[in-house]
Amino acid sequence: MTTLDTTHDLVGRGNREGAAMFREWFEELDNTAKTGGQSAYVFVMGSINEILKTFDLPVVFPEINSLQTAVRHVAHEYLEEAENYGYSPDICGYVKADVGTQLRGGEHPMAQIPKPSLTVLTNACNTYIKWAEIWERMYGTPTFTIDIPGTRQAGKQTWQGDRDFEADRKYVEVQLRELITLCEEVTGKKFDIDKFREVLGYANTMSRSWKRILELNNAKPSLFSALTDGTIFLGVANGFRGTEEGAQYFERVVEEMEYKAANGIGQTIDEKYRLLFVGVPCYPIFRRFNELFTEWGGTFVNSTYLWFASGGTNRGFEYDLKDPVASLAEGVLVSVRDAMDSMFHQNEVLEDMANDFDVDGIIYHPIKSCRTVSTGLADGRKHMTEKLGIPSLFIESDMMDRRVVSEAQMKNRIDAFFEGLESRRQQTLSDGKG
Amino acid sequence: MTMTATRIFTEWRDKSLDDALLECRDMVEAPDFETARRWREAGGKIAGHFQVYFPEEIVHAAGMLPFKVRGAPLEANQADSHFGSYLCSILKTSLELALSDVVEMDLFISHPICDAARNLAAIWGRNVDYPSQILYLPQNPNSSGSIDYLTHEYDRIRRVVEEVSGRTITDEDLQNSIAVFNENRRLMRELYEIKRDTPWLIAAEDAYALVALAGMVPREEHNELLTELLPKIRERDNKPEDRIRVVFEGGFCEQPPFDLIRMLGRTVYVVDDDFLIGLRWITEDVPVDGDPLGNLATAYIEHSSYSPVQHDLRKPKEEMLKQRISDAGADAAILAAAKMCEPGLEEQVAYTHSLDDAEISYFLSEFEENMSSFDQLELQVATFVEHLLFA
Ligand code: SF4
Ligand code: SF4
Repeated sequence: MTTLDTTHDLVGRGNREGAAMFREWFEELDNTAKTGGQSAYVFVMGSINEILKTFDLPVVFPEINSLQTAVRHVAHEYLEEAENYGYSPDICGYVKADVGTQLRGGEHPMAQIPKPSLTVLTNACNTYIKWAEIWERMYGTPTFTIDIPGTRQAGKQTWQGDRDFEADRKYVEVQLRELITLCEEVTGKKFDIDKFREVLGYANTMSRSWKRILELNNAKPSLFSALTDGTIFLGVANGFRGTEEGAQYFERVVEEMEYKAANGIGQTIDEKYRLLFVGVPCYPIFRRFNELFTEWGGTFVNSTYLWFASGGTNRGFEYDLKDPVASLAEGVLVSVRDAMDSMFHQNEVLEDMANDFDVDGIIYHPIKSCRTVSTGLADGRKHMTEKLGIPSLFIESDMMDRRVVSEAQMKNRIDAFFEGLESRRQQTLSDGKG
Repeated sequence: MTMTATRIFTEWRDKSLDDALLECRDMVEAPDFETARRWREAGGKIAGHFQVYFPEEIVHAAGMLPFKVRGAPLEANQADSHFGSYLCSILKTSLELALSDVVEMDLFISHPICDAARNLAAIWGRNVDYPSQILYLPQNPNSSGSIDYLTHEYDRIRRVVEEVSGRTITDEDLQNSIAVFNENRRLMRELYEIKRDTPWLIAAEDAYALVALAGMVPREEHNELLTELLPKIRERDNKPEDRIRVVFEGGFCEQPPFDLIRMLGRTVYVVDDDFLIGLRWITEDVPVDGDPLGNLATAYIEHSSYSPVQHDLRKPKEEMLKQRISDAGADAAILAAAKMCEPGLEEQVAYTHSLDDAEISYFLSEFEENMSSFDQLELQVATFVEHLLFA
């Protein structure tokens, strides 16, 4: 039963609470920096928060710090600082904004960023590896690469029971055990297996809920914007993975979305066109970028960003608490591999999604900074269009560097795309009448 | 059928050293990869392997030709529309080789060396009708699990190659291939010894051509080539000139144009470099006895070179570079990066800061495999050299 009060309480709650938690998280980092506490630098595609939270290590996501400088319109200052130090304009803007932050002694618009006591990264993006080498050089920080073998050939993923899968899983498990030892050394704490199970339990709740939230968005009208609201959920998914707060938050977002679905409450605009987003958002003009679509009634119902930038936790993999380290290895392998697949082999999933979500168009937004995500998009789109014939738009810009973002040009292309969608719809309607 | 006796590059035989080297340069410089076509015409199968390292022994053991996919000096007319902007050239020209059938392959294998190249397998797979595989070389060579993992991964590749070649690859086949490649590694080391110790005996572009041929002809044939030419090179009576000795760093993936190397060869002695380092990745003999795949995996982890696309806590790259410079008795370094090559550009920063600290001179540059005008660059290099000579 819809009541005004429930609607008022529930709708938008995820955004309000998410934004507050995000601020809290940065306050904690600020505090850590100022008190000289320990922290771990990690990345969104496989943060391994499950182990780090067991050691109570605050986690810093330099990618998120960097994107925040763009959202807050100061990225150019940081980029310039790194470029003056020698980093080419052709290097990922996230790396450079972080180098700028480090060169400024951690000064950042949201908080004082602590120095790393430990860096944990995966191979999901090769730039992660180069980036961590920078901290190694700057601070002598211990660095641990969790190497996660990905899909070897399109459509040929291996699964539990296959000897190749088992070899990959074992390799990941050995590395996770080595990481645990390293964490013990860095923090001076013993690994507490009971606490680890608790952390895994929270992570399970979050993954299960995240999967559900994404599925629920196939409602008509869709419930949240995969571009804007989704980014808030992602922030919590990364910063609070493996925590009680994070688990509860996600359960509450599920509650909100179920309520909205049951009551036909959609996004804040009237949905005319349901879109998929492939790539990374345009953070330097984030709000405006979104408006260029919403002004035409375009809503983003899902995005590959929400999959890979959550480290593949969209799969909803749940750890087996009876055999926690082995199961973490399996989960990390399956999830991070999935994150990589959403970047390199996304066509199969896009195809399913285009059908399940009844999509009108696909927006490809490759960016200069990120070759990981962007290199294959032109070809992927070519094949997607040939196969499905769904209208799509391909616009290139950047998620950090405003020098490569041309709003006017973007608007022209986006307007033309929607005009095409409109006439296509008119045509379908008149064909239907005829 | 057995292909080990097939020879696909014979032009250099029975020629004077200078003429033989000319044939080698011509073969490497040409964008049509004639040797690959000849191999196929003789009934052979080809496994293309993208930069940087690939355990070619596995393909060799199946009687296939391991072909080094390293881009080409040609226009990517067909491949261009498959890529967006802001990418290095080698990706596009490599795909061009496949789309335009310049090199007909039966299998393509790439490695996630960088963000751009790791997309290549999927792109390739969508556009060709033979398998496009990824070999996942360990990115955590410091883990105690890396050798076991890699041994299994090599075994997986063995199975893939068996399927494509239609031939079982026995341990004995692999051991024979390892022996052939050990001989090749020894000869390549000798070539580099000549470069380091007596650089006036071989021009930079000739040494480059000799290395590059390894990726285009069967290794037995390459061994024959080097076995014949290296002694002749040693016998030359060229006189040393008063030239700067430099290390060239930045040729691990996309290759600088041949003319650029030629230009450098006119100006300085290139006493060491990382051109096509993947073909020279393993630095010692691989044991022939015992488990061949385990031996290859161990060699990859324990006895190998370095490049910006491999992270190994034991091999900080700037330290490795300084070691290379000092081992080669070089006066300076040329720090180059392919345009839009993220790992190369990132490494340049570490290199320059480190060489500054060590007070080693360097020349910083970007290149593209297709660039054709070097006048400006030649002038800059000349100024750099003069500065060093008369400082
Ligand atoms: S290259 Fe892409 S995935 Fe990698 S750090 Fe930069 S933005 Fe992130
Ligand atoms: S040249 Fe650089 S960016 Fe291009 S494929 Fe090679 S390593 Fe990657």
